[in-house]
Parts: sequence; structure tokens; C-alpha cells
Amino acid sequence: MQRIINEPQNIVDDMIKGFSKAHSQTISTTSNPRVLKYSRAPVRGKVGIVTGGGSGHKPAFIGYIGKNLCDAVAIGEIFSSPPAKAFFHAFKAADSGKGVACLYGNYAGDNMNVKMAIEMAEDEGIEVKTVIANDDVPSAPKDQINKRRGVAGEVLMWKVGGAKATMGGSLDDVITIAQKAIDNTRSVGVGTDPCTIPEVGHPNFTIEEGKMEVGIGHHGEPGIKVVPLQTADELAQTMLDVILPDIPFNSGDEVVVLLSGLGATPVMELYILYSKVAEILNEKGINVYRSYVGDYFTSLEMGGVTLTLMKLDSELKECIDMPCESMGLTQL
Amino acid sequence: MASFSNKNGVIITLDLIDIINANKQYLSDLDGLIGDGDHGINMSKGFSKAKKLIDETQDNLSSSLKILGTILIDEIGGSMGPIYGSMFLAFARNSKKHELIDEKVFSEMINNGLEKIVSLGEAKVGDKTLVDTITPAVRAFDEVIAKGESFATALEMMKIAAEKGRDSTKDMVAKKGRASRLGERSKGVLDTGAVSCCLILTSISESMNKML
Repeated sequence: MQRIINEPQNIVDDMIKGFSKAHSQTISTTSNPRVLKYSRAPVRGKVGIVTGGGSGHKPAFIGYIGKNLCDAVAIGEIFSSPPAKAFFHAFKAADSGKGVACLYGNYAGDNMNVKMAIEMAEDEGIEVKTVIANDDVPSAPKDQINKRRGVAGEVLMWKVGGAKATMGGSLDDVITIAQKAIDNTRSVGVGTDPCTIPEVGHPNFTIEEGKMEVGIGHHGEPGIKVVPLQTADELAQTMLDVILPDIPFNSGDEVVVLLSGLGATPVMELYILYSKVAEILNEKGINVYRSYVGDYFTSLEMGGVTLTLMKLDSELKECIDMPCESMGLTQL
Repeated sequence: MASFSNKNGVIITLDLIDIINANKQYLSDLDGLIGDGDHGINMSKGFSKAKKLIDETQDNLSSSLKILGTILIDEIGGSMGPIYGSMFLAFARNSKKHELIDEKVFSEMINNGLEKIVSLGEAKVGDKTLVDTITPAVRAFDEVIAKGESFATALEMMKIAAEKGRDSTKDMVAKKGRASRLGERSKGVLDTGAVSCCLILTSISESMNKML
């Protein structure tokens, strides 16, 4: 992998600098170099929406700072949770007095740092509640659902939570609907090529030529099975076979489909895959209400995709339909 | 009762920082087997920064541990930042009122450190984490003292128990942290946190023993 970087140990800071310059109309820096916020945050009278996580997942997490989405984001090293202090400063940056909903993914480091940050916030009288995304089906069996990781379904959780906050929802309203969003969301990842943390210098997992790993995590966590590389049409079926039975999704359901590349897979291939996904859903009588196809949640230059489905009701629909504006997701 | 002065104890913190920095690559390589491969890199970042600050100030054991813990929590993140940060802050809090560090003070330090780690990470012995190193180490220290042995002997036994605890993680299936996603595939490799924790406890044991 030939990279366009300066010093490998500075890539996160260098990326933050470029990001805040490129999006200066919507993004503001804060006194903590590892916290970026929406330029209008804290938005008066609105519950603050905060997330955070390791870097390397562009547009996640900072790409979802913006109008009707996240108010502030804590930024970690590559694939490593942000410090507790960064989460705490993000809470401060987002809080208008109505409290903060911290909507993040289920990883050991994030759980610990958020927990400590909430204690710091309590000392300053900032109320923080959390929803922990666990949409990744292959990461744990259904009877241990609270052990599952959060992956691209987080984008839909932020979309829904952010919309509810803008509608004037209380902290409890926002938490309730963000939890409902993630409870109705399922994802599966497939990897075709590994990725390398620049400072480490070599991939720490391998995917053989001619093979793909079904169920792989965003950091190369092993999946359910390694299979010979499938065609896009075959893969659509493989991925839906993992997701559909889990809630389950049934005929007559309305869903949001989010198909995200993991970094190295061309967007063109995502559309090839999406075509078959939509066809299969249609055959099953599952109605695609809205679809998102593109690089929404990546893992450096990992090859592969994440397929996410969210089952809708009228309340979730209303939130999904609300316009929003950010680098990662803009909807008119 | 054998003891050493809190003031001279700053060397204990500096020694353990050196040990972690010296093992940066080893820890990262080990982590790469069943984790991200960044354990050593991230640890070393925080430890190096703390060393600079400690060198600049006139510190004792407690205040130097507080600097180290604060930097790990405020700036390093990951899983190791909060875990080791809380542990060092607990060490600092339980020693700061004492000019002399004896076995009673040290026991309070490590017991409170262990308590903080367990409450934060929610890991138990057998989960293949640093808890497998520190739990038997703390227990061994207290048991040896209860038998009426010396501070020095207890430190030595703490070190041996930490090493045994570290080695016990090799055949475990990880139940916490990123390696837990590997299930059976996490067997056969030492847990990186258990290894770095053993390095820290060993360094503390050896540095303190030199001062007694």
C-alpha cells in the first residue's frame, strides 16, 4: 500500500486539520484537539448528540457532524477509542442544557472511556445518556445480543437520534428512539482484502487471494466463515441470509438499506451488489423505503462491504425522512 | 517495618516507564497476533509523555503516578488508557498521604488499583485480560504479609504470582476486549494486557526491593 501521508504517527492530527479546513462552514475546532463540533453547537433548546470512536472509518465519525445529525465527536487514534477526556469535552461542546445523548458502538475501549466521561460530566451537572449500537449480527449469537459490535448501523442511529433532537424531543425521547432504531437494525460485513494501521506497517489479519470472509468486523475481527470469492449476485444472497432471519424481517416490512464500502471496494461494485439485494428483497415482499449506497463507514483500505437493514415504523420513517447536512450524509 | 520514602520513590515510576518503552515493539507484535497490533505504540505514547513531565517536576512516587495516570486517561484512550490510568491514579491516591511507603500502604495501593480495574473493565479472572495477572499478584502479596513475612519477600512473591498469572492467559479463550471476538482462535497466545501488566508489576517489585 503506497500512502499519501506525512509522519505515520501524526496521521490523525493531520487528517483533523485538513477536515476542519475543508468543512469550515459546518465544522468548528474546540479547545480539545481531539474534539470537533458542529459550528452552531450547542444548539439552543436541543438535546446534544455526541458520538466518537477510533479513526480510520471515514466518513465516520466526524463526517456525521452537522445539521440534524451529530453535534460533537470525540476522535481516537486509528481503530482505538478516544480518551475519556475527549468524550467529556464533546459532551460539553454539545450540551445546551437539555442533556446529551451519546450514541456510540459496542467496543470495550469506548464503553470504558464513555463511562468515565459520564462521571466527569456528572460532576459538572451535564446529563448524559447512552445508546450502544450492536447491529453486527455475526459478532455474537442472538442470545448474547448485547455483546454484538456496532458497525454501519450507527449511521442510521445518528440519523434517527439527530432528527428526534431537532424535532424538540427530550433526552429520554431521543434515547428511546435511538435505541429503537438500533434494535430494528441488522448488519453483516464481508471482507475481500485486509487493511494496515500505518504506524504498525503490516496487516494484522489476512484474507487469501480468491477468498472472502463473511461476517468480518471493521477491524478485521474474524467472521463466520471464509468462502471462495462469490459473484455480486451470490454475495447478495449470502449477506441477506445472515441478516433477514435475525429480527426477522418479513414480507410486508418496510426497510432502509444501507450498503457501505469498507474503503477499497469501488462504489461501482456496491451498485452491482445493491441491484441484487433490492431484487431479492422485492421477491420477498420487503419494501425498500429508502436506500443509501456508498462509502458511509469504512476501515482504512479494507476491501469489502457492510450491508445494513433497518425495519421501519411510522416514527422511524419520520426521522429518516428529515433533511440533514454533513460531509458524510446530506439529504434534501 | 521496612519502608522507603515516597520522595525517593519517583524512581519506581521512571523505571516502569522505561520497561514499557523498551518493550514497545514486543507488545505491539504480540498484540498483532490476536488484536490490532497497536498496544505497545499507544502505551509508549502516553508513558513517554509522562516521563517528560515527571523529569521536569520535582516529583515523589505519588505525584509521578498521578501524572502518569492522568495522561493515560486524558490523552491515550483505547482500552489501556482508562484501565492503566485508573490503576495508577488509585496507586497515587492511596499513597499520597504517606511519607513512608510500607507494606500496609502498598497493599492499599494495589488493592484499590485492582478494584478500579475490575469495576471499569468488568473482567473476571479467566477472561484472558490483565485481571489474570494483577488479581493473583495482589492476593499473593497480602497472603505473604499475613503470614508475617517481610515486605521484600511479599514483593518477590507478588512478582512470581504475576508471572504465573500472565502465563495462565496463554491457554484461555478471550472473553473480554477485542480478542474475545476470536473465540477459540484466541487460544495459544498470551494476552497483551496480561503481559504489559506483568512488566509493570515486575518492575515495581524490583525497584521497590532495591530501596528496602
